[in-house]
Amino acid sequence: MTKPVLLAGGRVIDPSQLFDNVADVLILDGKIELIGERVANETKNRDGLETIDCTGLVVSPGFVDVHCHLREPGREEVETIATGARAAAAGGFTAVCAMPNTDPVTDNQAAVGFITRQALRANAARVYPIGAISVGQRGESLAEFGEMIGAGAVAVSDDGKPVVSAHLMRTALEYAQTFGIPVADHCEEPTLAKGGAMNEGIVSARLGLTGIPAEAEEIMAIRDILLARRTGGHIHLCHMSTRGSVELIRWGKERGIHVTAEVCPHHISLTEDAVENYDTNAKMNPPLRTADDVEALQEAVRDGTIDLIATDHAPHHYDEKEREFADAPNGIIGLETALAVNITWLVESGIIDLPLLIERMSCAPARVFKLPGGTLRRGSAADVTVFDPAVKWVVDPSSFKSKGRNTPYAGRTLTGRTRVTIVGGDVVHRGDV
Amino acid sequence: MTLTLGKDLLGLEPLSGEQIQLILDTAEPFKEISERAIKKVPTLRGATIVNLFFEASTRTRVSFEFAEKRLSADTVNVGASGSSVSKGETLVDTARNLEAMRIDMVVIRHAASGAAKFLAERIESNVINAGDGTHEHPTQALLDMLTLRDHFGKLAGLKVCIVGDVLHSRVARSNIWGLTKMGAEVAVCGPRSLLPNAIDDLGVRVFTRLDEAIEWANALNVLRLQLERMTAGYIPSLREYNRVFGVSRERLERSKREILILHPGPMNRGVEIDSDVADGPFSVILNQVTNGVAVRMAVLYLLSGGPPDLAEAAKGGSGKRDGGGGRRADD
Repeated sequence: MTKPVLLAGGRVIDPSQLFDNVADVLILDGKIELIGERVANETKNRDGLETIDCTGLVVSPGFVDVHCHLREPGREEVETIATGARAAAAGGFTAVCAMPNTDPVTDNQAAVGFITRQALRANAARVYPIGAISVGQRGESLAEFGEMIGAGAVAVSDDGKPVVSAHLMRTALEYAQTFGIPVADHCEEPTLAKGGAMNEGIVSARLGLTGIPAEAEEIMAIRDILLARRTGGHIHLCHMSTRGSVELIRWGKERGIHVTAEVCPHHISLTEDAVENYDTNAKMNPPLRTADDVEALQEAVRDGTIDLIATDHAPHHYDEKEREFADAPNGIIGLETALAVNITWLVESGIIDLPLLIERMSCAPARVFKLPGGTLRRGSAADVTVFDPAVKWVVDPSSFKSKGRNTPYAGRTLTGRTRVTIVGGDVVHRGDV
Repeated sequence: MTLTLGKDLLGLEPLSGEQIQLILDTAEPFKEISERAIKKVPTLRGATIVNLFFEASTRTRVSFEFAEKRLSADTVNVGASGSSVSKGETLVDTARNLEAMRIDMVVIRHAASGAAKFLAERIESNVINAGDGTHEHPTQALLDMLTLRDHFGKLAGLKVCIVGDVLHSRVARSNIWGLTKMGAEVAVCGPRSLLPNAIDDLGVRVFTRLDEAIEWANALNVLRLQLERMTAGYIPSLREYNRVFGVSRERLERSKREILILHPGPMNRGVEIDSDVADGPFSVILNQVTNGVAVRMAVLYLLSGGPPDLAEAAKGGSGKRDGGGGRRADD
């Protein structure tokens, strides 16, 4: 049984109940017991109560990341489920979804069960496995969705391998409806993106790097939206990066097609200019795009065309990134910088307010992926994040809980940092105050 | 303040017009050294230079080697095959190991764009980019510009059209930066599938038809068409490419003006350029090669810390590399 915890005097923001007030939150038996103004006085003398002073801090439902790479099994030297779950907790995430591009691929119930068990042992953020769409992520035949869900999977995706076959995607969207799970796709038309290392545009022309045009993403995005219309399935579009994709999603939503979409913190903050010095920590897929794309994505986060923000946390070994740009792997870490990047680029700049940010980082991901969490309703599991929305800090990758150090934000001053992360009533992370 | 090049020569994009002018002016007195019976001055005596060629090259590698030897440097050539690279050593490890042997300069040719910069940021030695992927090939553009200046007397106001596979060409990029900075007008001409999509933003004119380019230009810099572009689907066939974009005598004769022909080599005769043009009266293709040695001597000399005033060095005076006083790590 977990200890009772009182989060005292913080600004409690819970978009799921349209709540935004200075209040106390009492956690009993791992559940939200009470939110109110005078809870502190009434519970002061309760046995074993830990009181955490949240004055000047924000108390919100824990963040939920529907897209991260924890590398276990297969690349434990880069990240493990335990280090990834601790990195998540340090970033204010109480639950994350692990993509199936492990080695071996997470495409069966045994593999899914392994991740679920490792996550329990980690005792940090909750980890929900995402199963592969196709056996071995090979894009040929469907993996056993039902058995994987039985073992704990919450969605299916072939992740970094786009589902090239339109027929397979159609079948997946149809078959997934039996289980009510989203099919998440990495939208990339492979023949257009072939050999590409960054966004196609003026910077790629100058640097002599092969570009990936925006259309490589947009063609697959509209294909998936049309297949969702045909089948009635739920398509979730991963890490959208272009203005065109935003317009296509808007088109789909206006027609009542079941399409949801995510954006990553890096795509609403950085542009292709970050690649300028062949910085491999600015290399990811989809690539950083233009200022115009960033603007469209920020606006889409505001108006809800983009449902949620996900990190695409992708740790790589130092040696893998320390090399020629074209040969370096795609991806950056994101769990421990997401909150600050989002506050710095979306909230400080006045595009959205804190309640809407919490909606996009907590409530919406839980809702879209049908996960527990994303709320401080009485009786729900106490997955809570306490963060300082105003503190400025300099990103120092060597201090991260993640094994990854590959971030383009190293050395930058960002605003906002997690102070306390609580999962099921247990304090799993305490940051410096 | 004295004008210098800084620690490395990675491309022409980061250089100013004054710096490019300095290299070209410095190359002038070096031309004469190669015409002597004893083609050697002691300028870089005691300096150790590694020519690190990860890609096949004849002209550029030999040109650098001659430039180094005519300046009395000690040189070592390292290729990818038969070296530790073929055993899987990374670029940075290769470079650090070479540097541990106390070298002064590295000339690098590499298939990856940005490889020269990557190296320059990680080692103390001067780094000269001898071609990195499809990014830049600064000494090639410098020798192209020196050849144009020899013929026309100036670069400002000159109209130069780069013809062919601009998309995959490091020579094209370096020429665009260098010529633009020197006040020349630059155009490109080739099938749209072999031009960067963002070419219009690079500040160059685009000709879709070769005849229009010939009508406009004072000089054509004809790029090599790599045979693999056909198999990769950028163009249907070499025969058709020659028909539409090949520089032929017949085409040139339609223009009333004389037009200078450059080619960075190696040529595919009968594809991007016909033999009677390559060997014709307006071709300066071999002058380019001769100038290549002088330009590379100038770059080596300036990076080693030689003063911009070259008179002494060209006369074969005493070495300028005393005690590293001229070596800088700044910029």
